[in-house]
Amino acid sequence: MSAPQVSPGDAIVQISALTKSFGDLAVLRGVDLEIARVSIVALLGANVAVKTTLVRVLATLIAPDAGTLTVDGADVQRDAHRVRQSISLTGQFAAVDEVLSGRENLVLIAKLRRLANPGAIADALLARLSLTDAGGRRAGTYSGGMRRRLDIAMSLIGDPAVVVLDEPTTGLDPEGRREVWAMVKELAAQGTTVLLTTQYLEEAENLADRIAVLHEGRILVDGTLAELRKLLPTPTVEYVEKQPTLEEIFLHLTGGRHAA
Amino acid sequence: MLRDTTILTGRSLRHILRSPDTIITTAVTPIAIMLLFVFVFGGAIDTGAQSYIDYLLPGILLITIASGIAYTAYRLFLDLQGGIFERFQSMPIARSSGLWAHVLTSLVANLAAVAIVVGVALLLGFRTGANVLDWLAVTGIIVVFTLALTWLAVIAGLAAKTVDGASAFSYPLIFLPFLSSAFVPTDTMPAPVAWFAEHQPVTPIVEAIRNLFAQQPVGSELAIALAWCFGILFVAVVGAMIVYRRRFR
Repeated sequence: MSAPQVSPGDAIVQISALTKSFGDLAVLRGVDLEIARVSIVALLGANVAVKTTLVRVLATLIAPDAGTLTVDGADVQRDAHRVRQSISLTGQFAAVDEVLSGRENLVLIAKLRRLANPGAIADALLARLSLTDAGGRRAGTYSGGMRRRLDIAMSLIGDPAVVVLDEPTTGLDPEGRREVWAMVKELAAQGTTVLLTTQYLEEAENLADRIAVLHEGRILVDGTLAELRKLLPTPTVEYVEKQPTLEEIFLHLTGGRHAA
Repeated sequence: MLRDTTILTGRSLRHILRSPDTIITTAVTPIAIMLLFVFVFGGAIDTGAQSYIDYLLPGILLITIASGIAYTAYRLFLDLQGGIFERFQSMPIARSSGLWAHVLTSLVANLAAVAIVVGVALLLGFRTGANVLDWLAVTGIIVVFTLALTWLAVIAGLAAKTVDGASAFSYPLIFLPFLSSAFVPTDTMPAPVAWFAEHQPVTPIVEAIRNLFAQQPVGSELAIALAWCFGILFVAVVGAMIVYRRRFR
């Protein structure tokens, strides 16, 4: 899949004046957002339904009422098939097939994306995710962190230009969350644009190049963390002893990153 | 589309191979009803020269399918609830392949359950002189009937809010053969019941299959049976599309 020639830094996702209502309920009320190629953008918002609606429009699952949304130059309304080629969705619930093994899940997606050697692709991904040993087991037996990693791995097959992660760490324990964060950073380093929705502000701070705040159906602000900080008055300086967080203590005591 | 459907059908057939109990449980209830009627009630039912099991089997086959499609709705519902259906829908594949895979899987699973029930019926003394063409005709009717009910199951699976809701729609369908000529000739029924029995889809379908097995001429009942099957199929497909469009673009 050859992407059209666009210089790095150009917006890969362009959303303008996007609206979507369900009956009388106006969920998206004119969303404007540009997502630069090869960046991690966090979409913050208190209302999960609003974020999910935007993600579902972006992933061509539902149609917007008005406005435009293009991915890599393809319009979600007129050219949905091309949008689907450049985008990959990881839903709010880990959408893996629990009856199939981890490896079979990966092979299935590789076949659907019409790639040569689906088996080899699956094995390579399993190795990259340290899931080789679990690859033959049913995904239903995996821990939350393993499932989410498998889920994200399924989204990576075929190297889509944009990966959308809808609440990727919701319901995960701290170790699982760190595993997912490491994957997201690795993805961006390899040249994938990541849009992630989250309700954890810490996650946005940690991962995102840019943060967009979705409030009452519109993008309230969109900028880097430093830019967002400038929106508040200059902080007063206080000296406080740095205490370890409970998360740091927990990870220290349990020996860090051994997912079950 | 063919390729995507084949891949996704392979996936759901694998589900069935890993939980063959879904086919066994589909076959168990109809077999129990068959045993009950052949050995308990059947002796009191006058079906003329025809042995009771030969009379009964077509209705039992329809009950098998009516209970089997509950699993179709159930499997589709789980795919929707778990999010994997949306994953497929957001991929660059033929969109209809997601539903067609469930439909074809339903067909295979139900034919397997039907084959088990026919096997048990043979053990219980079911006999037919049907030739290859008759068997093909019976299979054809069964396939169209299964497709029609499967698309009803697709509506239920797409529209359901709970797992129970996804499969509950099949209960009245399982009951329908009891209000037909499947178990008892309609002429012993009170007039309103007999009228219903003679004007609902199960009776012509059962009688068409029964006559094919008994090598009797199949007349208008075959045409009426197929008209019902294709009619239900058409309405169900249109209904499924409408429900689908309300959830997805």
